[in-house]
Amino acid sequence: MKRPEPIQVVKQRRDGALAALVGGVPYARFLGITFDRRGDELTGVLSFDQKLIGNPVLPALHGGVTAAFLEVTAIVTLSWAMIWDDLESGRLDVETLSPETLPRLPKTIDFSVDYLRSGLPRDAYGRARLNRSGRRYASVHVEAWQDNRARLFAQGTGHFLMPRRDA
Amino acid sequence: MTDAADRNRLALQFISALPHCRALSMRVDEAADGMAVLSMPWAEELVGDPRTGVIHGGAISALMDTSGGAAVLCHPEAAVSTATMDLRIDYMRAATPRERITARAHCHHVTRSVAFVRAEAFDESGDGPVAVANGAFTIDRGDRT
Repeated sequence: MKRPEPIQVVKQRRDGALAALVGGVPYARFLGITFDRRGDELTGVLSFDQKLIGNPVLPALHGGVTAAFLEVTAIVTLSWAMIWDDLESGRLDVETLSPETLPRLPKTIDFSVDYLRSGLPRDAYGRARLNRSGRRYASVHVEAWQDNRARLFAQGTGHFLMPRRDA
Repeated sequence: MTDAADRNRLALQFISALPHCRALSMRVDEAADGMAVLSMPWAEELVGDPRTGVIHGGAISALMDTSGGAAVLCHPEAAVSTATMDLRIDYMRAATPRERITARAHCHHVTRSVAFVRAEAFDESGDGPVAVANGAFTIDRGDRT
């Protein structure tokens, strides 16, 4: 039986691939979205910034920011699941991985956002669940919360067109 | 009660001052009763995929959401303030890189507490909408104290 890989090797590979994936989306950087990883599970983190405010009277996060955060979390989680097997098997080499060499990202077909309460001026977290992930289409549900995991401030569902994979 | 032109002008001023709208350089191009047209320029930082230069769907969502809220505020049965309850966007095609995106929103029905909105987003190509949206917005009339 093969010996398990040293932990640094595993972490370096996974964190490197995730950084290349997220770094390839300028808009995620613009909004200040990063991702925490536990094994293959991702949590999107939207770090609060004044420019994310919609209504300054309340103040509350802009509804468009909430929608974008949900959509970015859905696409990154979906892409991450798409490359995971190739990454772990070594078919995808993390050494040469960059936004240019990564597989193409899934395209959003439609996205529906359910605003449950106003987004407070503080960090937000998001986690996506792949309800269906086929060769051509995927359906993803994503939830976002702030202070309490069980008290969502928004949730969304989107359908995505998967990139063609030639290899 | 201010007249329609005043109401629409105030709504526009309010919208253009929102921090996130400024961050995206949104501009209000037109406002009439229950109708608003907003646009924003293409920018490197709004790109979703650097290999194509296509703007991220999320940035288009932000423009659609704002135009929807603006249309609600410009409706004759004026709301003092509004918030998005539900927004569904269909992405028909990729927006052409480096072209300005314009969203036209129409608040087509209001009840005492809910406003219904349809919106379309276009680039400059004239090839039909890049995205369409349907939304429901809350109406705060400022009368519940």
